Amino acid sequence: MGNETNILEVRDLVIRFSLRGRNLTAIRGASLSLAEGETLAIVGESGSGKSVLVKSFIGMLDQNGRVDAGSILFEGAELAGRKTEEDWLPIRGRKISMVFQDPMTSLNPLLKVGRQIEEVLELHRGLSGKAASLAAVEMLDRVGIIDPQRRAGQYPHEFSGGMRQRVVIAMAVACQPRILICDEPTTALDVTIQAQILGLIKALQRDFAFTTIYITHDLGVVANVADRVAVMYAGKIVETGTAEEVFYDPRHPYTWALLSSLPQLGVKGHPLYSISGTPPNLFREIKGDAFAPRNPKALKIDFEREPPMFEVSPTHRAATWLLDPRAPRLQPPEAIRALRAKYLEAEA
Amino acid sequence: MSAVAAEEILLELRDLSIDFKLKGGETLRAVKGASFAIKKGETFGLVGESGSGKTTIGRAIVRINEASGGEILWKGRRITGRIDRELDLEVVRKIQMIFQDPMASLNERAKVDYIVAEGLYNVRRDLGEAERQALVEKALLEVGLLPEFASRFPHEFSGGQRQRIGIARALIMEPELVVCDEPISALDVSIRAQVLNLLSTLQRDKGLTYLFIAHDLSVVRFITDRIAVICKGDIVELAETEELFARPLHAYTRSLLSAIPVPDPRVERARVPIAYDPSLHDYSRQGPIWREVFPGHYVLANEAEAAGFGREFG
Repeated sequence: MGNETNILEVRDLVIRFSLRGRNLTAIRGASLSLAEGETLAIVGESGSGKSVLVKSFIGMLDQNGRVDAGSILFEGAELAGRKTEEDWLPIRGRKISMVFQDPMTSLNPLLKVGRQIEEVLELHRGLSGKAASLAAVEMLDRVGIIDPQRRAGQYPHEFSGGMRQRVVIAMAVACQPRILICDEPTTALDVTIQAQILGLIKALQRDFAFTTIYITHDLGVVANVADRVAVMYAGKIVETGTAEEVFYDPRHPYTWALLSSLPQLGVKGHPLYSISGTPPNLFREIKGDAFAPRNPKALKIDFEREPPMFEVSPTHRAATWLLDPRAPRLQPPEAIRALRAKYLEAEA
Repeated sequence: MSAVAAEEILLELRDLSIDFKLKGGETLRAVKGASFAIKKGETFGLVGESGSGKTTIGRAIVRINEASGGEILWKGRRITGRIDRELDLEVVRKIQMIFQDPMASLNERAKVDYIVAEGLYNVRRDLGEAERQALVEKALLEVGLLPEFASRFPHEFSGGQRQRIGIARALIMEPELVVCDEPISALDVSIRAQVLNLLSTLQRDKGLTYLFIAHDLSVVRFITDRIAVICKGDIVELAETEELFARPLHAYTRSLLSAIPVPDPRVERARVPIAYDPSLHDYSRQGPIWREVFPGHYVLANEAEAAGFGREFG
């Protein structure tokens, strides 16, 4: 699209892993653009490749993984070919940082919390000594930790799960990144704590003016935070649009299935819409639409040729043959029509 | 309890307390005098956050945790403390449990055949090998798995299939009550619907009663008939599901309801979560008691609070 305000442009990205002599194609040609200041949610199930995709933005693919084709342009600089730690140092943790599901993946259990934030400040912002420790305490205060001076001297095990996640967020934001990636940041937390953490990330985004990518399977979280949504299935982005477009006017059968299998949208006493089968084996070549074998209404062409991205609106695109002018007109499932009707009624 | 007296009560908790001994001789009271009754054929939800004591109650019902005070009754007979052998065997069979994490709750080194049949080795020693195998096959078919899976190991299965194995292991005992402890929260979104549908089908076909323990009120709303809300060891509210959503009384229930994320951007962006502040209860003059405010709708509140609920919803 070549839009100047896009902070990140991913084009036809292919990522493979070698496992016991075989190649697993985790990302099968994904394209994505991220506008400065927005919040993008990447939705998908485990194995869809959503975590692999964002890990490639900060050079954190596992040893056996590699970018085989495509490009990742961040503020005009190519990230796809970078290999060594040195290549990544100016980007990872500095320009693009990441918050993981389990806060203990990012925290050192043997180091005081304040010290861990100081390290980030020393490495990326050149602070040291008193200045670093003051800034660390300030960051703890900023993420809502009460009595930050005293808490900075404590170890991670002295914090609750929600408080640990706040510490991790403080570490991720301390270097004033341009992009913050949040990988299931609230999945391990209670719902009341979850709401607080989402609110905190929003407030920080406003104050520090970064761009946010969420990775999640929780469509409630997506509805809460996302300006735009990208739906991933079997290593591909199958639908992308504004939150309104994806929730109220989804076009891809997988997005239909994902939304209508939610108990929140189900009707009590009736079976939930459920997706049969399991995602495809990514060790094998996938022919046609990867979702076709699980889609009871798949067309003949879905098994033969891979659908391109069809444009629904300038902001909304989906890779399904249903959008081809020659395709039969299929109604989305009941739960989605109900969601849309409720929305249109409220808008009117 | 007049409203439920006409229906058969399968399981009843009476003033159940459960203590854990901590290092240094201290005691932690995880469950503080919980009372509720589960009716035959219903799905009863027990909802709370981590550390609320909801799983502890579930484990006390299958007698993994011991009661420190109060009692649990199975069809009117006490099953906490010392009980006779015959009742013990009955309860072992009739109350089964499904666990949250299907990756952690199956013996990695045993074949599915043994995992599913393990309970039978204890309570059905009369069975011959062929009969036992036939029961395993039947249980696997009932949960939508193929009989030939019996000879495989757990690691060969996906999360959803493992949870089905966990359900088959419970079903083979021909239970009447199944304690489901967060049975879908570790599963992928598309698999959750499959497992929820399976649980409903089994309930209909076999007349099962479920105690569904969960933190996610949106899932609980979809499948339960009644819900009890537990907060830090206290049951604070109990009502029929739609009644609870229409008229949440306790401040903690309101906070929990306000925190549920809804997959609808318009609604979700407007949602304002309410934080629960225990200090808002003024119990200086009168402490809270368990009271029926509307028919079948119970709440832990004092006189003044109850009068307030009456005015608000009267």
